Amino acid sequence: MAKVFVIAEHRDGRLKKSTFELLGASAAAGNETHAILLGDGVAELAKELAHYGAQKVHLIQDAALKLYSSEAYTKAITPVLKSASPDIVLASHTPTGRDFMPRVAARLGVGLASDCTQLAFEGSKIKARRPVYAGKATVEVEFLGAGPQLATVRANALGAPKPDTSRTAEILNVTADLSGLKTKVIEVVKGASGRPDVTEASIVVSGGRSLKSADNFKMIEEMADVLGAAVGASRAAVDAGYRPHRDQVGQTGKVVSPALYIACGISGAIQHLAGMRTSKVIVAINTDAEAPIFQVADYGVVGDIFAVVPALTQELKKLKEH
Amino acid sequence: MNIYVCIKQVPDTETKIKLNADSSGIDLAGIKWIMSTYDEFAVEEALRLRDKNPGSTVTVLSAGPARVVDSIRTALAMGADNGIHIDLPETADNNMAAKALAGALKKETKIDIVFTGKEALDDGAAQVSQLIAEYLDAACATVVLGTEYSGSSVKVRREVEGGAIEVIEAPFPVVVAAQKGLNEPRYASLPNIMKAKKKEVKALKAADVGISDSDQKLRFKNFQLPPPKQAGKKIAGDPAAQAKELARLLHEEAKVV
Ligand SMILES: Cc1cc2nc3c(=O)[nH]c(=O)nc-3n(C[C@H](O)[C@H](O)[C@H](O)COP(=O)(O)OP(=O)(O)OC[C@H]3O[C@@H](n4cnc5c(N)ncnc54)[C@H](O)[C@@H]3O)c2cc1C
Repeated sequence: MAKVFVIAEHRDGRLKKSTFELLGASAAAGNETHAILLGDGVAELAKELAHYGAQKVHLIQDAALKLYSSEAYTKAITPVLKSASPDIVLASHTPTGRDFMPRVAARLGVGLASDCTQLAFEGSKIKARRPVYAGKATVEVEFLGAGPQLATVRANALGAPKPDTSRTAEILNVTADLSGLKTKVIEVVKGASGRPDVTEASIVVSGGRSLKSADNFKMIEEMADVLGAAVGASRAAVDAGYRPHRDQVGQTGKVVSPALYIACGISGAIQHLAGMRTSKVIVAINTDAEAPIFQVADYGVVGDIFAVVPALTQELKKLKEH
Repeated sequence: MNIYVCIKQVPDTETKIKLNADSSGIDLAGIKWIMSTYDEFAVEEALRLRDKNPGSTVTVLSAGPARVVDSIRTALAMGADNGIHIDLPETADNNMAAKALAGALKKETKIDIVFTGKEALDDGAAQVSQLIAEYLDAACATVVLGTEYSGSSVKVRREVEGGAIEVIEAPFPVVVAAQKGLNEPRYASLPNIMKAKKKEVKALKAADVGISDSDQKLRFKNFQLPPPKQAGKKIAGDPAAQAKELARLLHEEAKVV
């Protein structure tokens, strides 16, 4: 059994599914599971952390934590970890987790295994595996020296746990000294789409150069909206200006690991595969039966996206209506 | 202004990765090495900032085995003024590399701004910029898409999730980690490639920057190649039939929709 701390992540008043994955995995392994919850006016969220397995919630509330900043998070989290001496500290490998966790690691003088795609608890230790060379290989991470083991875990890697609404947690209010911060968060400008982020979505529908225009991506968006999915794109589609770079999947874009990845008119270049090959189920729709994407696809449709994609959207809509 | 760029040399993205005999690492033979893609945006940003501020210099640093000097020369050929190479073993982890880079930076008289890429293409860890900032006690901004400089601080636009943009202001000294889209990196011209060959690259040993074995916190071991994928199912028929069958399989067999 290990003493595990999970750094809870939330945005717009809602906890991240990826936080629940970490809590669920730790609790399922029988660990003493703590959460650290930071923000301003976020106490309500502690209940939900308990439903997913947190036995204790260290609640740090401060006006300086209203908007996320890596500096404020680092400064607030580090003393809690120093005094509690956990065996393991976990966060999600999201834009937030990957930003502050290295700084926490430096202040604790320990290593951080980032972007783990496999994680198991063994006694008071973790056994972690992560991709290297854009998923062309994976490695086991060995921690050297003393101190807690820190890891960030890729969203969707551990699987969604079921909440148990009868569980409650002890709430520990913690005050943080957040004076003397160097950086100032001026504003957060929201993205326009209501769709989930491509790195966190359970389903991603992606389109390639073959879409031929930004306008044609509407058919990708329609399928995504039926599935509650995020929209992704190949670099060729991004370079052609059909989608913003933040949607790019691949070695120089986002790395995603959804339960379902649907590649529409994407050839499957090695740099694209680097961003999506750990997806659990891969669908490819492509006119070229020899396209490399079919080598990683679980389901392949040799066909024209302009015919297959709208038809598939209709079929999926029917499924959802049942 | 004293401007610094920390870069990493990584295998070209087309490289076929093979493991060494005991799976303790990859087979380094035949790899084509390049400057990590995001670092090119960092170098470009540094050059543009220098050119807007006469009297500034751009110094490029890289920590790693002797081969990384080639990538320092690539940055010099793009237009950087000076290079510093810190000799570290092939197996150095992010912590050791960041501490070595910070150690070399601390030897400089004054640091205004340090650029890096937002992550390296080989391990994709996205740790080194934040670690350098910690070891320098400097401010830090990661995944930066836009910059606005004023005397002794910078306002950056950083990419967060779901297309949201965070605007933060950080005083110098600051570490800025570049995201694709920050700028359009230039190509090195032939005369500049020739000139770069003559520029001096300062050589430092690990001990010169206070690095010892205990600075290595992680070791990667037991390398594996991804298991070969089972051949997938090809779905035949006209588009309507294909769509229907695919939806059925996703629902009933794969259970993902
Ligand atoms: C350093 C580097 C980094 C890179 N990083 C990335 C990255 O992060 N992400 C990325 O995606 N790429 C990346 N690339 C680019 C990559 O090599 C490919 O060029 C790119 O992925 C191709 O995109 P595509 O599949 O949309 O286009 P193409 O390769 O042009 O393929 C289009 C595909 O669509 C099919 N098609 C055409 N019409 C139809 C139709 N009507 N119906 C169905 N199918 C159709 C074709 O058969 C073809 O397979 C990188 C390259 C380099 C050198």
